[in-house]
Amino acid sequence: MKNVSRQSRFLLPAVLALVLVPQVVSAQDVSTEMFTVNNTWMLVATFLVFIMHLGFACLESGLTQAKNTVNILFKNTGVVAIGLLTYAICGFNLMYPEDFSIGQYFGFAGMGIDPGVDGNTIAYADGAYTYWTDFIFQAMFAATAATIVSGAVAERVKLGSFLLFTTIYVAIIYPIAGSWKWGGGWLDQMGFYDFAGSTLVHSVGGWGALAGIIVLGPRLGKYVNDQIKPIAGHSMPLATIGVFLLWLGWFGFNGGSVLSADPELVSLVFVTTSLAAAAGVIGAMATSWMTQHKPDLSMVLNGSLAGLVGITAGADVVSVLSAIIIGLIAGAIVVVSVLAIDRAKLDDPVGAVSVHLVCGIWGTLAVGIFSADFSFVTQLIGVLAYGVFSFVSAFAIFAVIKATIGVRVSEEEERMGLDVAEHGMESYGGFQISHR
Amino acid sequence: MKLITAIIKPHMLDDVRDALAKASIQGLTVTEVRGFGRQKGHTETYRGAEYSVDFVPKIKIDLVVDDEQVDGAVTAINDSARTGEIGDGKIFVSDIAQAIRIRTGEAGSAAL
Repeated sequence: MKNVSRQSRFLLPAVLALVLVPQVVSAQDVSTEMFTVNNTWMLVATFLVFIMHLGFACLESGLTQAKNTVNILFKNTGVVAIGLLTYAICGFNLMYPEDFSIGQYFGFAGMGIDPGVDGNTIAYADGAYTYWTDFIFQAMFAATAATIVSGAVAERVKLGSFLLFTTIYVAIIYPIAGSWKWGGGWLDQMGFYDFAGSTLVHSVGGWGALAGIIVLGPRLGKYVNDQIKPIAGHSMPLATIGVFLLWLGWFGFNGGSVLSADPELVSLVFVTTSLAAAAGVIGAMATSWMTQHKPDLSMVLNGSLAGLVGITAGADVVSVLSAIIIGLIAGAIVVVSVLAIDRAKLDDPVGAVSVHLVCGIWGTLAVGIFSADFSFVTQLIGVLAYGVFSFVSAFAIFAVIKATIGVRVSEEEERMGLDVAEHGMESYGGFQISHR
Repeated sequence: MKLITAIIKPHMLDDVRDALAKASIQGLTVTEVRGFGRQKGHTETYRGAEYSVDFVPKIKIDLVVDDEQVDGAVTAINDSARTGEIGDGKIFVSDIAQAIRIRTGEAGSAAL
């Protein structure tokens, strides 16, 4: 039963594969060997997505102050655990319900995960993957959306409040939003396309990040007398390691979203993904160099992620040249966006809103621009629908948390650093670290 | 006995050390410090916003020498630490009342 909706997810790439690859085998012909190959690739993709969490942890640590590093790492660890567990408890069945109970907007197939009778046979997804693979691959995505928020609210959010937000957002909001497209809901039926989640993962996370930084306000000393006072990150090497880990993980994020080991599609997606990331670097490099006098490494790192987020919605349906253009534009957009968001006094230490929200929107709309098979208007409707739902939900959750248990650490704790204030430990014990 | 304290550019330390060794100076203490003089600070950029670094990283060296060695040591530091650019640093000389070597208890010039 359950595989009805999941097959519909599998169908679109399959239909496209038929167009792109004339000799593609039909579902009935999938051999046990091919089933194993498909499933193995999906599991490789799963652990590639898993390593992205280490990438986020490194990037966020590097772009923030040394005195908050334990706190960042703690949040990133907690988010992975919360994401995986809540996805098993309710997220998976909210995102891929058997049937929708409220229009095509909401459905719930019950608590827990259960492969059923044929969940681990070829019949489940035309031999593309097993039920268990399906769950764990999607579960890795779920945690990603919440991790995006972590970087934006860094250095001032109260740990407990953040973990509470994460739990609600990733257990309920993310999967309901996801069901609209990947679960076969109303946007899927309207023809909206989001291959691997420019909108479903990155924008949903980005809207949560935007709501978070609005409710929280900027870090102390960030905007003084109408002037922007930069708070420099403490480790550019760590930030760079993080970005390379994220880029590596993206091969699984996008490559796995083919939802089979289809040779041509997976390799095409590797090419579009990498070239968009590379173009994002160049786009950000050029924009940063021209507008900021000096080429800014942190902007170029954001640029590669911008290209990756940008190509995520259409990695399997755009041409190689289109992928490069999408990445270049994403790289330029992210620099302009980081500067604009800072001028608007929205304090986003790692540029999460610019990378994930702004470039997620760009990538989703780009599908309607660069692929003749999808409508720009439908893509725009999807972007707006996800924007309203995610932002309003996230804002409401943060606002309620702020009104009840509080969302921000005290000024004294913020000055002291969250490592000592919230955790009573230092990230670099034995090293002398200069405090601002 | 005199205390010579010099504030120099960090990358000049090796040259200064070599020059002092040639002037037969037996030892010195090095400290990483930050500060500003007429050089003032400089500006750095982070994610599109410029900010001023008011305190520039410097190296402070301290050495205590016999009165007859002062001129040689000061000349050595002065010549080796100079680049001719602003921010080369300063040398201060002050009197020292006593010096004691902890290991042996020797005092005065014998402790240097």
